Amino acid sequence: MAAKRAERLVNLVIALLSTRQYVTAARIRAIVPGYEAEDGSERADEAFKRMFERDKAELREMGVPLETGRTSAFDTEDGYRIARADYELPEIRLTGEEAAAVGLALRLWESAQLAGPAHSALVKLKAAGIDVDSSRAIPLQPRLDAGEPAFEPSYAAARDRRQLEFGYQRPDEDVPARRRVQPWGVVAWHGRWYLVGQDLDRAAPRVFRLSRVVGTPKAVGPADAFEPPEGLDLAEVVAGQVTGEEQLVVVRARPGTAIGLRRHATPLGRADDGDDLLQLRTTELATLAGQLAAYGSDVLVQAPAELREAVVARLTRLAAGQPA
Amino acid sequence: MSATGTTDRMTRLLALIPYLTAREGGVAVAEAARDFGVTERQLRSDLELLWMCGLPGYGPGDLIDLSFEGDRVRVTFPAGMVRPLRLSTDEAVALVVALKTLLELPGLVERDAVSRALAKVSAVAGHAADRVTPVAVSVDAREEALAVVRDGLERRRALHLHYYVPTRDERTERTVDPMRLLLVDGKWYLEAWCRRSEGVRLFRLDRVDDVVVLDERAAPPPEAHERDVDNGIYQPDPGSPAVRLRLSRGARWVADYYPVDTVQPVDDPPGGLAVTVRTQDLAWARRLVASLGGEALVDEPADLAAQVAADARAALARYQDLPTG
Repeated sequence: MAAKRAERLVNLVIALLSTRQYVTAARIRAIVPGYEAEDGSERADEAFKRMFERDKAELREMGVPLETGRTSAFDTEDGYRIARADYELPEIRLTGEEAAAVGLALRLWESAQLAGPAHSALVKLKAAGIDVDSSRAIPLQPRLDAGEPAFEPSYAAARDRRQLEFGYQRPDEDVPARRRVQPWGVVAWHGRWYLVGQDLDRAAPRVFRLSRVVGTPKAVGPADAFEPPEGLDLAEVVAGQVTGEEQLVVVRARPGTAIGLRRHATPLGRADDGDDLLQLRTTELATLAGQLAAYGSDVLVQAPAELREAVVARLTRLAAGQPA
Repeated sequence: MSATGTTDRMTRLLALIPYLTAREGGVAVAEAARDFGVTERQLRSDLELLWMCGLPGYGPGDLIDLSFEGDRVRVTFPAGMVRPLRLSTDEAVALVVALKTLLELPGLVERDAVSRALAKVSAVAGHAADRVTPVAVSVDAREEALAVVRDGLERRRALHLHYYVPTRDERTERTVDPMRLLLVDGKWYLEAWCRRSEGVRLFRLDRVDDVVVLDERAAPPPEAHERDVDNGIYQPDPGSPAVRLRLSRGARWVADYYPVDTVQPVDDPPGGLAVTVRTQDLAWARRLVASLGGEALVDEPADLAAQVAADARAALARYQDLPTG
């Protein structure tokens, strides 16, 4: 930003913070340096108006609570002021340990979606007198998947509670389908971003993987158009959709094989032919069937029959589909 | 979402005087620059600009006043700029979500400190934190190895561990010099110098067993450099052999799960995708294809296709001998 404009904006903030009266635009023009001075010409008036409009928009964008109103009934036009209590960050004191936690936590956003706001939040906390000592941080690098163009519009719509429309490409469908959703929030679950919300056409909650959103999601209609359910836990909604009921499974494994399976298995002793019997738990029979098929002849399913049939079907396809 | 240059500078300009006000004895310019994440030169130019600003009237008693002593700066008149601006909604969300995420992670920082920080930050965030937070981050927090690895890193000690290598279905034993912990795409990794393979390796924590901190100092050699993970953990070598697969509709997810080189829609199987994966590790490719249970056909290399089919036939033969029930 041009230094002149930055200087003008800082002076404007100081001037409006220092008064309890509403100050009219004309008065601001007269006292705050840097505005196009009055010379009686319409051109100068127009230039001032444009500058002032831009400055107001910039300050509001930053979150400066710019109020408009009239100090007394005799005022003929609206003026501006900034109420100190609304402007200032309330008192906050953190211990060294708490400040270190904040410093470490904010690294989550490094080069990820909320990197900008995370940085400015840290700047404000430091300006409130908090020393965030980063030398105490352990060598730790949390990182979120940054390359998700649908994040920002989805997040903004969830924040403002506006309806969202987008194209969605399920991997098992050939063309993207149009979805209309009340977005409750976005959640990173197991490293992938999801949008959770009420699907208006299906009249039910749905979970959408952001990487399958085609094009830029569009927010439509007014803000605060809906209320997310009370006590909503975004991660739980995604987890609930992804995982099913837990089942017990018994497999036999050749001794010394299936090291990966054994890490999560309970040994049940030996079978007559010398195989080890292992008990596993799963919420995803189909996924486990794939894993077990990949162990080939080292691992056979004993029970349940449903899983054994699923594995045998996979093996049959593999044996037939890939002629030697 | 990243702040534009304009807003960035304004945020800093509005925060600088409160920052100095809160530090009555003054601050070294270099330290202030570090705190704001800018160069010393930029910080000096910010201070010079602020020196020209102040209360209407703009006389000597109205302007912001700074005093420089050596390399330190102190504010002597703040012109009413004594507190930073409130947190915006986005800033509050970034803070609250980050702290909530940290709260889920055991053994990294003292849990009570995180909860207290979260409570205090939420209190000053006002209405921004009252709403159901529109963002959540869920990470795998069940890693028992995390606390031990962190302990080793903090005390700069070598670690002894067992590591499961899925592509070879093998349990290996190693002594490593820990360098850092990474959380990438929801999974924890230890980056360390592996004394056995004499190189920097990434160990996924959910594959680490029986890790212990040794009395020995961690001493990664000078040639041990941190890997750049901005483009993901797995960076396939373009010179590796190509594995060409045809995925059926039900296995198309593979294309956005693994780093694939080329993706091409095909009609056989209907609605399928032809993909190329580059890997040195044919054992990995074999497991992948087998786990897809016929949803992926191997076009290349031919011996991979033959191996997968032979494995499946051997397994089917054993199932025929297996007593049912």
